[in-house]
Amino acid sequence: MLEINNLHASVVDIENSEILKGINLKVGRGEVHAIMGPNGSGKSTLANVLMGRPDYLVTDGDVTLEGESILELRPDQRAHLGMFLAFQYPAEIPGVRPWQFLKAALDSKAESRGEDKMSVRNFSKLFDEKVEAVGINPNLVKRSLNEGFSGGEKKRNEMLQLEVLQPALAILDETDSGLDVDALRIVAEGVNSMRSPERSFIVVTHYQRLLNYITPDVVHILVKGKIVKTGGPELALEVEKDGYQEYLEAAGANA
Amino acid sequence: MMLATPPVAVEKFSGAYESLVAGSSDVPEWLKAVRQQGWVTFSELGLPTKRRGNELWKYTNLQPLAAADFAYSIGGSVTVDQIKAAGPWDDVWNTVVVVDGKFSAELSNLHDTAGLDAGSLAEAISTGKGDIESQLASLAGREEYAFTALSTAFIEDGAYLAIADGTELEQPIQVVFVTSSDAESRASYPRLVVDAGANTSIVLIETYLNLSGTAQFAAPVSELFAGDKSTIRHYRVQMENETSFHLSTARVRQMGDTNFISTTFSVGASIARNDVHTLLDAPGASCTLHGLYMTSGSQQQDQEISTTHAKPGCTSNQFYKGILSGKSHAVFSGKVVVMRDAQKSDATQKDLNLLLSRGAEIDAKPSLEIYADDVTAAHGATAGHVDKDTLFYLQSRGVDEEAAKAILVRGFAEEMLNEFEPKALNDFVERITDERIPVLLQQSDTIGTA
Repeated sequence: MLEINNLHASVVDIENSEILKGINLKVGRGEVHAIMGPNGSGKSTLANVLMGRPDYLVTDGDVTLEGESILELRPDQRAHLGMFLAFQYPAEIPGVRPWQFLKAALDSKAESRGEDKMSVRNFSKLFDEKVEAVGINPNLVKRSLNEGFSGGEKKRNEMLQLEVLQPALAILDETDSGLDVDALRIVAEGVNSMRSPERSFIVVTHYQRLLNYITPDVVHILVKGKIVKTGGPELALEVEKDGYQEYLEAAGANA
Repeated sequence: MMLATPPVAVEKFSGAYESLVAGSSDVPEWLKAVRQQGWVTFSELGLPTKRRGNELWKYTNLQPLAAADFAYSIGGSVTVDQIKAAGPWDDVWNTVVVVDGKFSAELSNLHDTAGLDAGSLAEAISTGKGDIESQLASLAGREEYAFTALSTAFIEDGAYLAIADGTELEQPIQVVFVTSSDAESRASYPRLVVDAGANTSIVLIETYLNLSGTAQFAAPVSELFAGDKSTIRHYRVQMENETSFHLSTARVRQMGDTNFISTTFSVGASIARNDVHTLLDAPGASCTLHGLYMTSGSQQQDQEISTTHAKPGCTSNQFYKGILSGKSHAVFSGKVVVMRDAQKSDATQKDLNLLLSRGAEIDAKPSLEIYADDVTAAHGATAGHVDKDTLFYLQSRGVDEEAAKAILVRGFAEEMLNEFEPKALNDFVERITDERIPVLLQQSDTIGTA
């Protein structure tokens, strides 16, 4: 479903700032891929570049979704094609309620596809169900989006959005950072309950612990902007035991 | 010290003043004296200009006002439907309508008046209601301020509200000041006097509407007297047309254990200046002065907000929010004075601005003047652009850029809009805000670049 070919990306307006240095990756339908790597390896950059964050400039290569290049598409257009990014640091948006924002998101998607907008009543029903499923305090989602939410609450709110928007490809950017074990389990349950032959995931993480709860089909090790090793779930356990040092040394020697 | 330049634009108003004096043989002598004092003060001051090095007018250019000409006469024809279409309205409210400075019994809707005396200021003056003689122009008109002086020189009519001791009114009282559509360019000086007795509780909505398509000059003055242990929930809606000049003044005197909470919604006029002063004149008085201003094109909006803590144990809170676009210019000038005796005062000031264009400018200057030693005070002001990370967040969920911007701007306004509690009023300010946001965004050039 998603194919990344020789992807190079830099920070916009900064010379010699290349972060992604030739990424190649294929994610099949229904697969869960984990991307692991040390700090500064480019994991988060990859997640953000896939979603079209304007801070990054793709300098070479291509990304295709269902065979069509998405690099020229705006973030909202990518979302309409079924892509979703769960943020490492979700923005706090004063005065905007999660309900209102998600309704706008769904409406926009329906409009782009020439479909009818969901009625307020049906949306409310869906929203309430998902709030319960994700285990968010219902009072919290009546407040401003993410404003004053704890780290765990923000991540749950990301899961709520994932549940409501039902993307075809969900990218989780270090969704596990800052979570205690209970919150981690809830995020994992959310992802696991949404796993289906039709839906793919890219789980970006520094630590292996999230992968105790979400068993990936494929694990990639990303170091200094390149995927240096790909394997099965056992690769995550190796990294947990041995760390990234050997990969860093190898990448350093190659540089 | 002699002024380097003669007072500005006095002669533009002198003919109208002389006619008013000549045609007012039947007004009480005390009012004649009050008017004359106002005129003398104004003719010494003239219109304020930047040129005279006046700190209070450093940022607001009144040259377009000084250059314009305005006729003077009160009263005009307006229908209730026109008022309902242009402003907030609810049949259950008591509503007093003042057209071009003149009270209209026909348009007013007064039905639930137990404990409330609401009506014409001219009548209150001629019949000597309550403390009108000592109250009128006592808070506004005897200081060295051109617009209250000018307004005082032209006191004729407006609205008078007296709330009897112990009266708690559930439904709001709205006072609509409306400029009629037949008006050529006119000056108007509508006055409002509110005498809230002890232990009263009211919701007061001041609404300024303009049905004319021409440039109008309005210098409305409101004087509010909050009796012991009274609560006034006050709203102010300013909807002048985009060529008009709106130089308003509100003065509030608060007695012991009173609570004055005011929220302003100011979007209209070419040049608008809302000058609000609360005097915390007895222990336990508390005031909250909030507002939302939105400017676009070449609009100027100036919030001149001040509070004097005269007695101990009072609390004040000033909090305004602004959304600016185009080449507009806004000023927030917040001032808190804590007098020597006003120990245990608590004062906060805050002004937050969202700048949507490079050409828009905000001058925010909260200031504290403290003469007592046991005081808690805090102030701050910010000006920022729409955050690009936040914009990306919304876009990544499938909301297109235009809609995402609108959501963010609306979100910024939300906390002020939420303060407008009466349903019809809340609906109104939300609708106007939703209509304004696309206009503001059309003139925007900074979003996503900050």
